[in-house]
Amino acid sequence: MTGKFIRNVILKALVLFILLNVVLVAFSPFSELGHLSLYKLVFPGRLRFPFGENPTQSYNLTDNDLEVLFASHQVVQPKAADEYRVFVMGDSSVWGTLLRPEQTLTGQLNSLGLKEASGRRMVFYNLGYPTISLWKDILLMDRAMQYQPDQIIWLVTLESFPGMNPSPSPFLAANSEQLNRILTKYALPGMPVDNTTWTQKILFGQRRSIADWYRLQLYGVMWAATGIDQTYPMDYTPAQRDLEADSKFNSLAETDLAPLLDLSPLEVGKKVAGDVPLRIINEPMLVSTGTNSDIRYNFFYPRWAYDQYRQVMLAQAGVQGWHYLDLWDLVPQEQFTNSAIHLTPAGEALLVQRIAAELQK
Amino acid sequence: MSIITILALAGIALLTRLIFRKTGRGWAVLVVSVFAIYYLQPELSIRNLDFWLPTATLVLIVMSWVLTAAPEERTWKKALPALAVMVGLVLVIALTRLVSLIGLITPSRPPQIWQVGIALGAGAFFVALLFLLKKPSPGWLLGGVAVIIALLVILKLPELNSLFAGWINQISGGAVIPGKVLDIRWLGFSYIAFRLIHTLRDRQAGRLPAVTLQEYVNYVIFFPAVSAGPIDRLERFTADLRAQAPLNSEDLGEGLKRLVLGLFKKFALADSLAIFALNAVNASQVRTAGWTWVLLYAFTFQIYFDFSGYTDIAIGMGRWLGFRLPENFEHPYLKPSLTLFWNSWHITLTQWFRAYFFNPFTRWLRSFKRPLNTWLIIFLAQSATMLLIGAWHGITWNFILWGAWHALGLFIHNRWSEGLKPHADWFDQRPRLKSTLKIVGVLATFNYVALGWVWFALPTMQSSLGVFAKLLGVK
Repeated sequence: MTGKFIRNVILKALVLFILLNVVLVAFSPFSELGHLSLYKLVFPGRLRFPFGENPTQSYNLTDNDLEVLFASHQVVQPKAADEYRVFVMGDSSVWGTLLRPEQTLTGQLNSLGLKEASGRRMVFYNLGYPTISLWKDILLMDRAMQYQPDQIIWLVTLESFPGMNPSPSPFLAANSEQLNRILTKYALPGMPVDNTTWTQKILFGQRRSIADWYRLQLYGVMWAATGIDQTYPMDYTPAQRDLEADSKFNSLAETDLAPLLDLSPLEVGKKVAGDVPLRIINEPMLVSTGTNSDIRYNFFYPRWAYDQYRQVMLAQAGVQGWHYLDLWDLVPQEQFTNSAIHLTPAGEALLVQRIAAELQK
Repeated sequence: MSIITILALAGIALLTRLIFRKTGRGWAVLVVSVFAIYYLQPELSIRNLDFWLPTATLVLIVMSWVLTAAPEERTWKKALPALAVMVGLVLVIALTRLVSLIGLITPSRPPQIWQVGIALGAGAFFVALLFLLKKPSPGWLLGGVAVIIALLVILKLPELNSLFAGWINQISGGAVIPGKVLDIRWLGFSYIAFRLIHTLRDRQAGRLPAVTLQEYVNYVIFFPAVSAGPIDRLERFTADLRAQAPLNSEDLGEGLKRLVLGLFKKFALADSLAIFALNAVNASQVRTAGWTWVLLYAFTFQIYFDFSGYTDIAIGMGRWLGFRLPENFEHPYLKPSLTLFWNSWHITLTQWFRAYFFNPFTRWLRSFKRPLNTWLIIFLAQSATMLLIGAWHGITWNFILWGAWHALGLFIHNRWSEGLKPHADWFDQRPRLKSTLKIVGVLATFNYVALGWVWFALPTMQSSLGVFAKLLGVK
């Protein structure tokens, strides 16, 4: 090995590296990376979207790339001739925090073996994602429409409406361009978009998303081998039953909520669904009987805000002709786990019975 | 070791070679190696132990040198420069406590200077006592070996490790860092111990070359190989150290190649396989026999790429510094027999055991007045060696069973080979059958080794048996 040879190797490697980065900036090929997946090819598709803060234990990880989410999900599988496809949208309560895949809402609905009027098998797909946001649901619904749903069930709660949840959503921030495309399509004002700079397009800037995509593929082995896709702690902090004597909803003092409640995502959702029947369900929440339960229903909601929200929803459902079901107090407080919207398997069973009955009507 | 640490050490290795072209390389390597044993020492729950253990390493090495050094080298005058450099470096590291509330070089803040002073004084006292021995007798050398083995046993036996950790914690005032496990993890001690025993035993046998203290310390804690080997031999290492070695393109290119290969093996292959390699947690979670085999094979390749990756990195860095460290792996999973596997897996460790245990033990077994059967000698010697190799990884049932598994495999292979020997000509006349048998041998050996990793990867016999049942599809 001569010095000249080593110099040439290093120089060629450098030139190739620079060229690669130029190609990345010019063509952004990594935006297509999400389409590539070993799921459905080597491993079975996931029963719910990838999400997890502790990958080494949950064999799952959070990835905000819409394409990556769908490419790993079982929903991409071709629709069988005798299949009646039902998509279930919503937040972590639909996704199934602390629940095994078979215990979730869709898991239990599928175990009922329901059939649609024409005899087709009802197959329920969990398209929930642990972010409370209706715009997030719109993004997922818009992307999911290509997988031919026959019906969509959409679980909502007050905090999922725009402006009602103060926490920022990394998922929405990462997909703001796609969301704006949808909003523009339906003549709604767009959201602030994070413009990608060239430094974010080069290999160094893309390292996080490439690593997440790669690890998600590797965790496919553990998903296939164990069927585990989240951590199931032996004990957790239960949702609050004894509440603060605070009547504020986030930072909002008691007021008329109706003018503040932006229902446009529901309208957009109806348009995105098109001819596909869309059922909107006000999801069950913990109705506490503990300390200060005369002021608040639970940690999230003071009574005044939630009562107003329910009234607005019921009124609008009548006006807009929604298939609307208000199941807010369906589940008793002992059937909630670590949050006022997370159900135990038995709590899910109650919800499943109610939804199944509705579907059979 | 993180990739940043490895790249930094590689950069230092290259700079050292470039700067110290003709003289001073040994001193530069000494300085970096001393810093490295403090920097690479894992953080421990007992306050300041991550400073005291590397310091103890240095004291132990100096004492071992005093015991093993040739008379012409064994003088205060000759030892003083290296001693001064080491004491100076220890003091510099200790003084970093004055500029930072956290550890700058050590994982945590070093102890107070007066404590370091007392410890160094105590170390100097013991070294001085050994210096008083004009010519250490074989008893002293054996005593040295016994002390090192005792330390190894304490570190490798979990119960003793915890007991000693508790004891050290007590005498240090019980200042355990909250949330940390009470244990003693001594950077590279398994390798350091074997290098020291090699010199003590070779001095006893009268075949150890004369080396200076600086050369001896460099050999034992040579920074590219201190944490994961390979286990070099003193005479080979010293020859490289003494050679005039200006950087040449061959060393630069070969070092770069091994370094890149090692980084790829460790951080791309091994770390990826680690995501789904068999471990104590996923062993109980996996649902089918097929996926259990996938997890087992993932572990089989993970441990190989991890270990051989680190060896490549050490060899690459060594090459940049002008040292040709011995190879540790030669395609072990492609060997047609378990005997050949052990000639190509962790080569320097097996060579060490062969030289310092297997051969003397076999000689002893053969020296009995009523001679033992050959097969029994082979069985006893191989079993004892493999059990010790297992125990070297940790004195726990899983490692002992792993050693026993390989002892059994080696013995069966030995008897098989002996049985086939009379038919060697018959096989030689049938090359196709011989080739087929070789392929079968490779597959059988690989799977036997892979199944052996079940014992190695899992902490209890019960969990290992559970995995064997799953592999066979038995619920």
